[in-house]
Amino acid sequence: MKKDFSQTIGFFFLFCCILVTILLLLTIIYFVFVRGAKVISWEFLTQAPRAGMTAGGVAPAIVGTMYLTLGAIMFALPLGIAAAIYLCEYSPQGFAVNIIRMSINNLAGVPSVVFGLFGLTVFVKFFGFGVSMLSGCLTLGILVLPLIISAAQEALLAVPQSMREASLALGATHWQTIKKIVLPTSLPGILTGVILSIGRVAGETAPILFTAAAFYLRGYPKSIFSEVMALPYHIYALMTEGAHPQQQTAIAYGCALILLFLVLLVSTVAIFIRQKQRSYYG
Amino acid sequence: MDEAIKMKAENVNFFYGKTQALKDVSLDIHAHSVTAIIGPSGCGKSTFIRLLNRMNDLIPHAQLIGRVYLDCQDVFSHAADPVELRRRVGMVFQKPNPFPKSIFENIAYGLHVNNIKDKDFVETRVIESLKKAALWEEVRHRLHESALKLSGGQQQRLCIARCLAVSPEVILFDEPCASLDPISTAKIEELILELKKEYTIVIVTHNMQQAARVADYTAFFLLGELIEFNKTQELFTAPKDKRTEAYITGRFG
Amino acid sequence: MYIKEKIYRWIFTVLAFSSFVFLVGIIIVLFRESLPLFQKVRLFDFLLGRFWYPTYDPPEFGILPLILASVWVTCGALCVCVPLGIGSALFLNELATPGQRAVLKPLIEILASIPSIVYGFFGMVVLAPFLQQLLHIPVGLCAFSASLILGIMAVPTVCSIAEDALSYVPRSFREASFAVGANRWQTLTKVVIPAAGSGISTAIILGISRAIGETMTVLMVAGGAAVIPTSFFMPVRPMTAAIAAEMGEAPMGGLHYRALFSIALILFLITFLFNIIAELVSRRFRLKLGLAQ
Repeated sequence: MKKDFSQTIGFFFLFCCILVTILLLLTIIYFVFVRGAKVISWEFLTQAPRAGMTAGGVAPAIVGTMYLTLGAIMFALPLGIAAAIYLCEYSPQGFAVNIIRMSINNLAGVPSVVFGLFGLTVFVKFFGFGVSMLSGCLTLGILVLPLIISAAQEALLAVPQSMREASLALGATHWQTIKKIVLPTSLPGILTGVILSIGRVAGETAPILFTAAAFYLRGYPKSIFSEVMALPYHIYALMTEGAHPQQQTAIAYGCALILLFLVLLVSTVAIFIRQKQRSYYG
Repeated sequence: MDEAIKMKAENVNFFYGKTQALKDVSLDIHAHSVTAIIGPSGCGKSTFIRLLNRMNDLIPHAQLIGRVYLDCQDVFSHAADPVELRRRVGMVFQKPNPFPKSIFENIAYGLHVNNIKDKDFVETRVIESLKKAALWEEVRHRLHESALKLSGGQQQRLCIARCLAVSPEVILFDEPCASLDPISTAKIEELILELKKEYTIVIVTHNMQQAARVADYTAFFLLGELIEFNKTQELFTAPKDKRTEAYITGRFG
Repeated sequence: MYIKEKIYRWIFTVLAFSSFVFLVGIIIVLFRESLPLFQKVRLFDFLLGRFWYPTYDPPEFGILPLILASVWVTCGALCVCVPLGIGSALFLNELATPGQRAVLKPLIEILASIPSIVYGFFGMVVLAPFLQQLLHIPVGLCAFSASLILGIMAVPTVCSIAEDALSYVPRSFREASFAVGANRWQTLTKVVIPAAGSGISTAIILGISRAIGETMTVLMVAGGAAVIPTSFFMPVRPMTAAIAAEMGEAPMGGLHYRALFSIALILFLITFLFNIIAELVSRRFRLKLGLAQ
């Protein structure tokens, strides 16, 4: 009897854990959506801010976030896929590979604000790109590189070895096998990984604090060397700067809603596709 | 033994790390004949056949001592090109492994990677290969559908056709019927007998009846050693070695 | 033909080293930008100094308050994320029906993608005022709120990693336990959790590493006072928050600037250490269950 009693208590506790977790997270989403929805309008989505951040919209921040995210992915994707190809296809073990693996693992754990300092020193100052979209994209790209590498690795490992053997046995070279068989087969998997990392990049704030972000711009960035507005930084700035806390908080809710909506949408899509793919490969 | 010798293994020893998988194997493969390799699991028969087109190159820490010749050329010599070798010595694997592409693209693949771009030539060759592999009638109206939609037996014949398209001289079959039903197996065996007119064939099999049905020569491997090699009929009716006799009469393995 | 193959191999090798180059780059930048500080300030005074007044004259660069703030907030966050994360992982792995699992697992993964700025924002506008009223504390933006929000934020991460570890425990372990008459709870506490122990520790270590390095939430919610914390309800300024908040104002190349890089260096070394520990522990875990050579 005692045995079963402790089991009931224990199981009830575990159930409470997951219930609390999900409820807490849903509460956050609920608050952001309900309070953010009040300020969302066509104007909010398409206009630049006006009247000292108390009116108008946040379009430049939305566009800026998209530019930054795309730029970061465009920088990290070729590097990430190449690294994964090297690790999975060319050299599955050895000293060099251990060094690369260790670097990837550690890079993944570096705090995001440290990436910001690195970007500030290297891209903004050393290369002289200034506080610009380019510096921001490169900094975010390095931050997201480990994520892309592990997603690409997972996708490459899911390609059955028998495909590679079949191709080689037909007289294809190593590179032909990679280009014509391995990459096309793993492409959907790589893309899901990339979509997942989009969510991560779009929400990052600390790395762009000193490398790319501006609190207020009249319009859209003109070149890769101009500063950009970005949704996450805009939320932070609205909450910590400016003279009209009340109106600014309302706008910040709107920004948080847009950001959260975009990120959740993207990751939901990616996770569902991945679920499908995994069951497809068995 | 009057036919020419197409491939030849000479004192082949093969190691996976410290484990020795083949011990001093010497074997002649006659042109335009079927050579079967039989033996219990783990006897090294798959390792041996994969040496013939250097598929074992992919395995890390593997080491070979000895020589393998194709038309009197050492295929493991420094100057030899594994890619060229694999074009001349094709392979059909245990599990059908079509690419996730269309039927047509599967067969054209070997031509594309060998830089054959002439569209008409490729198309003729695809059709010809499908006919040789006795698959043409079944797929002629759906050449551009995914190869993964075919049944297991059809997939395996597709893999054979894919292999034929690059016109190899030798075809290696690594237990080609291991995952097939008896009807598909019969079709593949029939096909092998047809193919030996044009190609030299080596087949690894688990199934002694299969060896007896299709092979001209049979080699019996045990624990990495070649125990006996002879004309199939003689090996099965009058084995010279006690261990061969024990195996073919079903006393072990 | 062969030259082409070799060129491709070289290209991939070179590109694969990019992560290594970036990691080394980060290390070089942190050292180069921070070391000159220690010609002026003793390392001992820097690490254990009790006062952080970087803009006074003369300035004081003692980061003990910042370190302690990070430690307090991280420990507080652990009290939230460890039970919730591991409890959720155990529920998912041991109790959930396949149907529940199919819904809950992806849901938690999706929730893991909520950006930290959203947590920070929520903490600032909803949680802090709420706690201030509820607990009758002078300020809502304090170590307690920061711990809470940081803890909630880390739950999905801890849960996913712990769940992976649990799923590696072979079925045969459980069957052996049932076979001697143990019920599910006993099997869970006496067999499954010890077997997955080091895998679960990896989850906790990575959770710590993530919490220490987290910037935006603590910047917005912790309150920002650079004093040695004596109570959980005091505003504090963790290391990451100090860097993010002050970098914009610190004159480039000045002592304050160098001091901020020094904090980043210490932060980097701490997370580096935790990552290495996590890797060693998880390697041992895989060895124990025979998942790796």
